[in-house]
Amino acid sequence: MEIRWHILLIIIGASIVTLIPRVVPLMVLSRINIPDWALRWLSYVPVAVMAALVGEELLLVDGRFSPFQNHIELIAAAPTFLTAILTRSLLGTVLVGIVSVMLLRMFL
Amino acid sequence: MVQENIQLHKQDVNIREDSFLQGVKDCIPTLLGYLSIGFAAGVVGNTSGLSIIEITLMSLLIYAGSAQFIVSGMIASHGSPASIILTVFIVNLRHLLLSAALSPYFSRLAPVKTLLIGSLLTDETFGVAINKTADKDYISEKWMHGLNITAYLNWIVATLAGAFLGQWITNPEKFGLDFALPAMFIGLLVIQFVSRGKIAKDLVVAISAVVIVLGTSFFLSGSIAIIVATVIAATLGMVVEKWK
Repeated sequence: MEIRWHILLIIIGASIVTLIPRVVPLMVLSRINIPDWALRWLSYVPVAVMAALVGEELLLVDGRFSPFQNHIELIAAAPTFLTAILTRSLLGTVLVGIVSVMLLRMFL
Repeated sequence: MVQENIQLHKQDVNIREDSFLQGVKDCIPTLLGYLSIGFAAGVVGNTSGLSIIEITLMSLLIYAGSAQFIVSGMIASHGSPASIILTVFIVNLRHLLLSAALSPYFSRLAPVKTLLIGSLLTDETFGVAINKTADKDYISEKWMHGLNITAYLNWIVATLAGAFLGQWITNPEKFGLDFALPAMFIGLLVIQFVSRGKIAKDLVVAISAVVIVLGTSFFLSGSIAIIVATVIAATLGMVVEKWK
Protein backbone atom coordinates (compact mmCIF):
# COMPACT_ATOMS: atom_id res chain seq x y z
CA MET A 1 0.00 0.00 0.00
CA GLU A 2 2.16 2.85 -1.11
CA ILE A 3 2.69 5.46 -3.79
CA ARG A 4 6.14 5.42 -5.36
CA TRP A 5 7.66 8.69 -6.49
CA HIS A 6 8.24 7.88 -10.14
CA ILE A 7 4.75 6.32 -10.43
CA LEU A 8 3.20 9.49 -8.99
CA LEU A 9 5.20 11.52 -11.51
CA ILE A 10 3.92 9.34 -14.37
CA ILE A 11 0.31 9.56 -13.13
CA ILE A 12 0.40 13.35 -12.79
CA GLY A 13 2.09 13.78 -16.17
CA ALA A 14 -0.35 11.40 -17.86
CA SER A 15 -3.32 13.17 -16.25
CA ILE A 16 -2.14 16.57 -17.54
CA VAL A 17 -1.66 15.34 -21.12
CA THR A 18 -5.08 13.64 -20.90
CA LEU A 19 -6.76 16.79 -19.58
CA ILE A 20 -5.38 19.21 -22.20
CA PRO A 21 -6.97 17.68 -25.34
CA ARG A 22 -10.23 17.22 -23.42
CA VAL A 23 -10.66 20.80 -22.27
CA VAL A 24 -8.76 23.13 -24.62
CA PRO A 25 -11.13 22.93 -27.63
CA LEU A 26 -14.21 23.34 -25.39
CA MET A 27 -12.68 26.36 -23.68
CA VAL A 28 -11.23 28.23 -26.66
CA LEU A 29 -12.96 27.03 -29.80
CA SER A 30 -15.94 29.33 -29.37
CA ARG A 31 -13.47 32.27 -29.32
CA ILE A 32 -10.90 31.43 -32.02
CA ASN A 33 -10.98 29.47 -35.26
CA ILE A 34 -8.69 26.52 -35.81
CA PRO A 35 -7.42 26.59 -39.44
CA ASP A 36 -9.21 24.20 -41.75
CA TRP A 37 -6.14 22.15 -42.64
CA ALA A 38 -5.40 21.59 -38.93
CA LEU A 39 -8.93 20.33 -38.32
CA ARG A 40 -8.65 18.01 -41.31
CA TRP A 41 -5.29 16.68 -40.09
CA LEU A 42 -6.72 16.16 -36.60
CA SER A 43 -9.70 14.29 -38.03
CA TYR A 44 -7.33 11.53 -39.20
CA VAL A 45 -5.45 11.22 -35.91
CA PRO A 46 -7.91 8.84 -34.18
CA VAL A 47 -7.90 6.32 -37.03
CA ALA A 48 -4.11 6.59 -37.43
CA VAL A 49 -3.28 6.16 -33.76
CA MET A 50 -5.77 3.31 -33.18
CA ALA A 51 -4.55 1.42 -36.27
CA ALA A 52 -0.92 1.90 -35.19
CA LEU A 53 -1.73 0.60 -31.71
CA VAL A 54 -3.68 -2.40 -33.01
CA GLY A 55 -0.77 -3.20 -35.38
CA GLU A 56 1.73 -2.93 -32.55
CA GLU A 57 -0.33 -5.06 -30.16
CA LEU A 58 -1.07 -7.83 -32.66
CA LEU A 59 2.07 -8.04 -34.81
CA LEU A 60 4.99 -7.05 -32.57
CA VAL A 61 6.47 -9.18 -29.77
CA ASP A 62 8.88 -7.29 -27.51
CA GLY A 63 9.07 -4.54 -30.11
CA ARG A 64 10.05 -6.84 -32.98
CA PHE A 65 7.98 -7.88 -36.00
CA SER A 66 7.12 -11.50 -35.29
CA PRO A 67 3.52 -12.23 -36.23
CA PHE A 68 3.79 -15.99 -35.78
CA GLN A 69 4.65 -15.82 -32.09
CA ASN A 70 1.41 -13.99 -31.40
CA HIS A 71 -0.83 -16.49 -33.19
CA ILE A 72 -3.46 -16.68 -30.41
CA GLU A 73 -3.97 -12.90 -30.42
CA LEU A 74 -4.05 -12.86 -34.21
CA ILE A 75 -6.74 -15.54 -34.38
CA ALA A 76 -8.75 -13.84 -31.61
CA ALA A 77 -8.57 -10.57 -33.53
CA ALA A 78 -10.91 -12.02 -36.19
CA PRO A 79 -14.02 -12.49 -33.98
CA THR A 80 -13.12 -9.26 -32.16
CA PHE A 81 -13.12 -7.23 -35.38
CA LEU A 82 -16.29 -8.98 -36.53
CA THR A 83 -18.10 -8.14 -33.27
CA ALA A 84 -17.02 -4.51 -33.52
CA ILE A 85 -18.25 -4.23 -37.13
CA LEU A 86 -21.57 -5.98 -36.47
CA THR A 87 -22.49 -4.55 -33.04
CA ARG A 88 -20.52 -1.25 -32.90
CA SER A 89 -20.39 -1.87 -29.16
CA LEU A 90 -17.17 -1.28 -27.25
CA LEU A 91 -18.32 -3.52 -24.42
CA GLY A 92 -19.30 -6.39 -26.73
CA THR A 93 -15.99 -6.10 -28.60
CA VAL A 94 -13.90 -6.22 -25.44
CA LEU A 95 -15.88 -9.15 -24.01
CA VAL A 96 -15.67 -11.21 -27.23
CA GLY A 97 -11.93 -10.46 -27.44
CA ILE A 98 -11.26 -11.56 -23.85
CA VAL A 99 -13.38 -14.73 -24.11
CA SER A 100 -11.78 -15.65 -27.49
CA VAL A 101 -8.27 -15.40 -26.06
CA MET A 102 -9.30 -17.33 -22.95
CA LEU A 103 -10.80 -20.17 -24.98
CA LEU A 104 -7.86 -20.30 -27.43
CA ARG A 105 -5.36 -20.47 -24.56
CA MET A 106 -7.38 -23.30 -23.00
CA PHE A 107 -7.49 -25.43 -26.12
CA LEU A 108 -4.37 -24.56 -28.15
CA MET B 1 -48.33 37.11 -27.60
CA VAL B 2 -49.59 33.62 -28.17
CA GLN B 3 -46.38 32.64 -29.92
CA GLU B 4 -44.29 34.06 -27.11
CA ASN B 5 -46.22 31.99 -24.63
CA ILE B 6 -45.61 28.84 -26.59
CA GLN B 7 -41.89 29.65 -26.81
CA LEU B 8 -41.66 30.16 -23.07
CA HIS B 9 -43.54 26.96 -22.48
CA LYS B 10 -41.16 25.03 -24.74
CA GLN B 11 -38.11 26.31 -22.89
CA ASP B 12 -39.72 25.32 -19.64
CA VAL B 13 -40.13 21.76 -20.84
CA ASN B 14 -36.54 21.67 -22.08
CA ILE B 15 -35.18 22.76 -18.73
CA ARG B 16 -37.26 20.18 -16.92
CA GLU B 17 -36.33 17.21 -19.12
CA ASP B 18 -32.60 18.07 -19.09
CA SER B 19 -32.08 17.86 -15.34
CA PHE B 20 -29.08 16.40 -13.51
CA LEU B 21 -31.14 13.30 -12.75
CA GLN B 22 -31.98 12.86 -16.44
CA GLY B 23 -28.23 12.93 -17.14
CA VAL B 24 -27.74 10.18 -14.56
CA LYS B 25 -30.50 8.12 -16.21
CA ASP B 26 -29.08 8.65 -19.70
CA CYS B 27 -25.72 7.34 -18.49
CA ILE B 28 -27.15 3.99 -17.35
CA PRO B 29 -26.91 2.18 -20.73
CA THR B 30 -23.14 2.79 -20.78
CA LEU B 31 -22.49 1.64 -17.22
CA LEU B 32 -21.89 -2.01 -18.05
CA GLY B 33 -19.22 -0.97 -20.53
CA TYR B 34 -17.39 1.11 -17.94
CA LEU B 35 -17.70 -1.68 -15.38
CA SER B 36 -16.11 -4.38 -17.53
CA ILE B 37 -13.34 -2.28 -19.06
CA GLY B 38 -12.63 -0.59 -15.71
CA PHE B 39 -12.51 -3.98 -14.02
CA ALA B 40 -10.00 -5.25 -16.58
CA ALA B 41 -7.94 -2.05 -16.16
CA GLY B 42 -7.88 -2.60 -12.39
CA VAL B 43 -6.77 -6.22 -12.75
CA VAL B 44 -4.06 -5.36 -15.28
CA GLY B 45 -2.85 -2.49 -13.05
CA ASN B 46 -2.61 -4.89 -10.14
CA THR B 47 -0.61 -7.51 -12.05
CA SER B 48 1.68 -4.76 -13.37
CA GLY B 49 2.80 -4.30 -9.78
CA LEU B 50 0.83 -1.13 -9.02
CA SER B 51 -0.59 -0.68 -5.51
CA ILE B 52 -4.32 -0.16 -4.93
CA ILE B 53 -3.70 3.49 -4.03
CA GLU B 54 -1.76 4.00 -7.28
CA ILE B 55 -4.54 2.39 -9.32
CA THR B 56 -7.19 4.51 -7.56
CA LEU B 57 -5.15 7.65 -8.14
CA MET B 58 -4.92 6.76 -11.84
CA SER B 59 -8.71 6.45 -12.10
CA LEU B 60 -9.26 9.69 -10.18
CA LEU B 61 -6.72 11.79 -12.11
CA ILE B 62 -6.33 10.18 -15.55
CA TYR B 63 -9.83 8.69 -16.01
CA ALA B 64 -9.19 7.14 -19.42
CA GLY B 65 -9.18 3.40 -20.04
CA SER B 66 -6.71 3.34 -22.90
CA ALA B 67 -4.30 5.65 -21.02
CA GLN B 68 -4.51 3.56 -17.85
CA PHE B 69 -3.84 0.31 -19.72
CA ILE B 70 -0.85 1.92 -21.46
CA VAL B 71 0.55 3.29 -18.19
CA SER B 72 0.21 -0.13 -16.50
CA GLY B 73 1.74 -2.00 -19.42
CA MET B 74 4.65 0.40 -19.90
CA ILE B 75 5.42 0.51 -16.15
CA ALA B 76 5.54 -3.31 -16.17
CA SER B 77 8.00 -3.23 -19.08
CA HIS B 78 10.05 -0.46 -17.37
CA GLY B 79 9.31 2.33 -19.85
CA SER B 80 10.73 5.75 -18.99
CA PRO B 81 8.29 8.33 -17.52
CA ALA B 82 8.82 10.62 -20.53
CA SER B 83 8.01 7.92 -23.09
CA ILE B 84 4.93 6.80 -21.10
CA ILE B 85 3.55 10.35 -20.84
CA LEU B 86 4.25 11.04 -24.52
CA THR B 87 2.45 7.84 -25.59
CA VAL B 88 -0.56 8.72 -23.42
CA PHE B 89 -0.62 12.19 -25.00
CA ILE B 90 -0.66 10.80 -28.55
CA VAL B 91 -3.40 8.27 -27.76
CA ASN B 92 -5.55 10.93 -26.10
CA LEU B 93 -5.13 13.47 -28.90
CA ARG B 94 -8.34 12.01 -30.30
CA HIS B 95 -10.18 13.74 -27.44
CA LEU B 96 -9.38 17.05 -29.17
CA LEU B 97 -11.95 16.14 -31.78
CA LEU B 98 -14.62 15.08 -29.31
CA SER B 99 -14.12 18.28 -27.33
CA ALA B 100 -14.15 20.38 -30.51
CA ALA B 101 -17.34 18.70 -31.73
CA LEU B 102 -19.13 19.48 -28.45
CA SER B 103 -17.88 23.08 -28.18
CA PRO B 104 -20.71 24.73 -30.21
CA TYR B 105 -23.29 23.32 -27.78
CA PHE B 106 -21.62 24.89 -24.74
CA SER B 107 -20.68 28.25 -26.26
CA ARG B 108 -23.01 30.03 -23.82
CA LEU B 109 -21.03 28.82 -20.80
CA ALA B 110 -18.09 30.49 -19.06
CA PRO B 111 -14.65 28.88 -19.70
CA VAL B 112 -14.44 27.61 -16.10
CA LYS B 113 -17.70 25.72 -16.58
CA THR B 114 -16.57 24.18 -19.87
CA LEU B 115 -13.34 23.17 -18.09
CA LEU B 116 -15.42 21.11 -15.64
CA ILE B 117 -17.40 19.51 -18.47
CA GLY B 118 -14.36 18.79 -20.63
CA SER B 119 -12.28 17.28 -17.84
CA LEU B 120 -14.76 14.39 -17.54
CA LEU B 121 -15.25 13.86 -21.28
CA THR B 122 -14.90 10.26 -22.50
CA ASP B 123 -15.67 8.35 -25.69
CA GLU B 124 -18.90 7.07 -24.15
CA THR B 125 -20.18 10.30 -22.59
CA PHE B 126 -19.41 12.05 -25.88
CA GLY B 127 -21.50 9.43 -27.71
CA VAL B 128 -24.47 9.96 -25.38
CA ALA B 129 -24.16 13.76 -25.47
CA ILE B 130 -23.86 14.07 -29.25
CA ASN B 131 -27.04 11.97 -29.59
CA LYS B 132 -28.81 14.64 -27.51
CA THR B 133 -27.89 17.33 -30.04
CA ALA B 134 -29.97 15.77 -32.82
CA ASP B 135 -32.93 18.03 -32.04
CA LYS B 136 -31.39 20.85 -29.96
CA ASP B 137 -28.78 23.58 -30.44
CA TYR B 138 -27.48 23.44 -26.90
CA ILE B 139 -26.92 20.86 -24.16
CA SER B 140 -28.07 21.44 -20.58
CA GLU B 141 -25.12 21.96 -18.26
CA LYS B 142 -26.82 20.16 -15.37
CA TRP B 143 -27.69 17.22 -17.59
CA MET B 144 -24.04 16.96 -18.78
CA HIS B 145 -22.79 16.97 -15.17
CA GLY B 146 -25.26 14.21 -14.29
CA LEU B 147 -23.99 12.13 -17.21
CA ASN B 148 -20.29 12.85 -16.54
CA ILE B 149 -20.31 12.34 -12.77
CA THR B 150 -22.26 9.06 -12.99
CA ALA B 151 -19.76 7.70 -15.52
CA TYR B 152 -16.79 8.94 -13.45
CA LEU B 153 -17.96 7.36 -10.19
CA ASN B 154 -18.80 4.10 -11.95
CA TRP B 155 -15.31 4.01 -13.49
CA ILE B 156 -13.62 4.49 -10.10
CA VAL B 157 -15.75 1.74 -8.51
CA ALA B 158 -14.99 -0.59 -11.44
CA THR B 159 -11.21 -0.11 -11.35
CA LEU B 160 -11.20 -0.46 -7.55
CA ALA B 161 -13.15 -3.73 -7.82
CA GLY B 162 -10.67 -4.95 -10.45
CA ALA B 163 -7.70 -3.90 -8.32
CA PHE B 164 -9.02 -5.71 -5.22
CA LEU B 165 -10.17 -8.87 -6.99
CA GLY B 166 -6.98 -8.78 -9.04
CA GLN B 167 -5.09 -9.83 -5.94
CA TRP B 168 -6.71 -13.26 -6.30
CA ILE B 169 -6.35 -13.38 -10.07
CA THR B 170 -2.67 -14.22 -10.18
CA ASN B 171 -2.51 -14.90 -13.92
CA PRO B 172 -4.88 -12.61 -15.84
CA GLU B 173 -3.49 -14.08 -19.09
CA LYS B 174 -5.38 -17.29 -18.32
CA PHE B 175 -8.66 -15.38 -18.49
CA GLY B 176 -7.61 -13.36 -21.53
CA LEU B 177 -7.74 -10.10 -19.54
CA ASP B 178 -4.49 -8.87 -21.14
CA PHE B 179 -6.40 -8.80 -24.43
CA ALA B 180 -8.81 -6.16 -23.07
CA LEU B 181 -6.51 -3.37 -24.30
CA PRO B 182 -6.01 -4.54 -27.92
CA ALA B 183 -9.72 -5.42 -28.09
CA MET B 184 -10.60 -1.92 -26.88
CA PHE B 185 -8.38 -0.39 -29.57
CA ILE B 186 -10.02 -2.61 -32.21
CA GLY B 187 -13.45 -1.45 -31.00
CA LEU B 188 -12.47 2.23 -31.03
CA LEU B 189 -10.89 1.87 -34.49
CA VAL B 190 -13.97 0.22 -36.00
CA ILE B 191 -16.37 2.68 -34.36
CA GLN B 192 -14.30 5.55 -35.84
CA PHE B 193 -14.49 3.95 -39.28
CA VAL B 194 -18.23 3.42 -39.13
CA SER B 195 -19.14 6.84 -37.72
CA ARG B 196 -17.08 8.86 -40.23
CA GLY B 197 -18.20 7.28 -43.49
CA LYS B 198 -14.80 7.90 -45.13
CA ILE B 199 -13.99 4.20 -45.45
CA ALA B 200 -11.57 4.39 -48.42
CA LYS B 201 -9.49 7.29 -47.06
CA ASP B 202 -9.52 5.88 -43.52
CA LEU B 203 -8.37 2.53 -44.88
CA VAL B 204 -5.37 4.20 -46.55
CA VAL B 205 -4.54 5.93 -43.26
CA ALA B 206 -4.99 2.78 -41.15
CA ILE B 207 -2.94 0.50 -43.42
CA SER B 208 -0.10 3.01 -43.74
CA ALA B 209 -0.07 3.50 -39.96
CA VAL B 210 0.33 -0.26 -39.43
CA VAL B 211 3.03 -0.55 -42.12
CA ILE B 212 4.98 2.40 -40.65
CA VAL B 213 4.79 0.94 -37.13
CA LEU B 214 6.13 -2.39 -38.39
CA GLY B 215 8.83 -0.76 -40.52
CA THR B 216 10.08 1.66 -37.87
CA SER B 217 9.98 -0.96 -35.09
CA PHE B 218 13.37 -2.20 -36.32
CA PHE B 219 15.09 1.00 -35.21
CA LEU B 220 12.62 2.90 -32.99
CA SER B 221 11.12 2.03 -29.60
CA GLY B 222 7.42 1.15 -29.51
CA SER B 223 5.99 4.47 -28.29
CA ILE B 224 8.12 6.55 -30.68
CA ALA B 225 7.08 4.29 -33.56
CA ILE B 226 3.41 4.94 -32.66
CA ILE B 227 3.97 8.70 -32.71
CA VAL B 228 5.87 8.67 -36.02
CA ALA B 229 3.25 6.41 -37.62
CA THR B 230 0.38 8.61 -36.39
CA VAL B 231 1.90 11.85 -37.68
CA ILE B 232 2.82 10.43 -41.12
CA ALA B 233 -0.43 8.48 -41.61
CA ALA B 234 -2.66 11.42 -40.58
CA THR B 235 -0.72 13.70 -42.96
CA LEU B 236 -1.16 11.11 -45.70
CA GLY B 237 -4.92 11.14 -45.06
CA MET B 238 -4.99 14.91 -45.42
CA VAL B 239 -3.02 14.70 -48.70
CA VAL B 240 -5.30 11.98 -50.11
CA GLU B 241 -8.31 14.14 -49.26
CA LYS B 242 -6.78 17.09 -51.15
CA TRP B 243 -6.33 14.97 -54.29
CA LYS B 244 -9.98 14.03 -54.44
